[in-house]
Amino acid sequence: MNTDDNSPVTEADLHAYADHQLRPARRMQVEAYLAAHPRDAARIQAWVTENEMLRALLDPVLREPIPVRIPVAPARSMIPWRQFALAAAIAFCSASVAWVARGALDDQKLQPAAALTPATPVAATFARRAAVAHVVYSPEVRRPVEVGADQEDQLVSWLSKRMDAPLKAPHLGRVGYELIGGRLLPGEKGPVAQFMYHDGSGQRLTLYVTRETAPSGDSAFRFAQEGPVNVFYWVDGKFGYAISAGADKSELFSVAQDVYRQLAPG
Amino acid sequence: MPNVTSQIVACIPALRRYARGLTRNKEDADDLVQDTLERAWRRHALWQQRGDLRAWLFSILHNRFVDRVRALRASPAEPMDSETGSGEGIAVPARATQSDRLEVRDLDAALARLVPDQREVLLLVAVEQMSYEQIAGVLNIPLGTVMSRLSRAREQLRGVLEGREVISRLKVVK
Repeated sequence: MNTDDNSPVTEADLHAYADHQLRPARRMQVEAYLAAHPRDAARIQAWVTENEMLRALLDPVLREPIPVRIPVAPARSMIPWRQFALAAAIAFCSASVAWVARGALDDQKLQPAAALTPATPVAATFARRAAVAHVVYSPEVRRPVEVGADQEDQLVSWLSKRMDAPLKAPHLGRVGYELIGGRLLPGEKGPVAQFMYHDGSGQRLTLYVTRETAPSGDSAFRFAQEGPVNVFYWVDGKFGYAISAGADKSELFSVAQDVYRQLAPG
Repeated sequence: MPNVTSQIVACIPALRRYARGLTRNKEDADDLVQDTLERAWRRHALWQQRGDLRAWLFSILHNRFVDRVRALRASPAEPMDSETGSGEGIAVPARATQSDRLEVRDLDAALARLVPDQREVLLLVAVEQMSYEQIAGVLNIPLGTVMSRLSRAREQLRGVLEGREVISRLKVVK
């Protein structure tokens, strides 16, 4: 099979010849051998015929409708993930585990489009700043936010004005978090918004919104870890978003999905 | 992700074909494919480190099949290990047919005579037309083992098919 072209013909070569798995040079050598060995040539002919007959026996299965009991989509619990993925062709990657599920796949070979989507330096810095802002403000007992959720409209219009773009405070009740309020923070070159939420146990989560990222059509979803803080971040249109919390990664991911859905343009 | 989903769905007909060849029974084959898909959907977000998606799906099906054969081991009809067992011998059901011509149906019966691990290799080669290297990956065995199983499977098949022809001829003589 992958032997030297001048090495003796082996039984494995004969099978590979019948199955069209020989390189052309080796194939010619085996042909020369077969010309002198009609019994082996006859065996090969029989194998080729059997291959064809096996396909004739089983190929009709390909034309049958797929029975209902065979699932043709992920189970129901996974559908939010799937819709989200369909909407955004998401990369979901982890700095620690280094795995990624990404949309851009080659048709035939299905090699990973990128073993790991590298975080761009800008995105990485904004994620880090988001994590730091989370660490700084989320433990704050008396003044976690500048404007509370009781004045949500004012909060949103104030932040929108300062950010010079319409913002929204996503509602995360569905994933178990409630808005506490928000504040304005200094970013690298200008203002950044931070919304803070908490769950029933008092655990806090922050959403960091910046316009300091380059606009991107690639809504890749990225994950970073800064000490005890997990961060999911992505760029959508002109905004960069980062969700930070001490919550575990899968919980945070479902929050990130919900936020993405609510904030995606259109 | 959307591509992974549709690529998985696109593999279902071939998985069903392979399972049908392995079990030679529609219900059993679809049980196997159902198990395979349920498992694949639970884990498909992680597939990428495994490379070739088709190979990954076939390897899941292979594992399901091996489990199943083990479970059925009480029945001596399915010895899995061709390295030690010699299968059933090559007694062939003498089906009364008018012709002693080699027919697809005879092949089905001959396939049934192969031990499961030989049947797997033969089907992946002949029907799924995978490369020997891919098959080694799917079955998680060395390439040399793929070749020896293929060689034995073909020898065995030949013996069965030739034996069947002899029996037919005898029937005609009678």
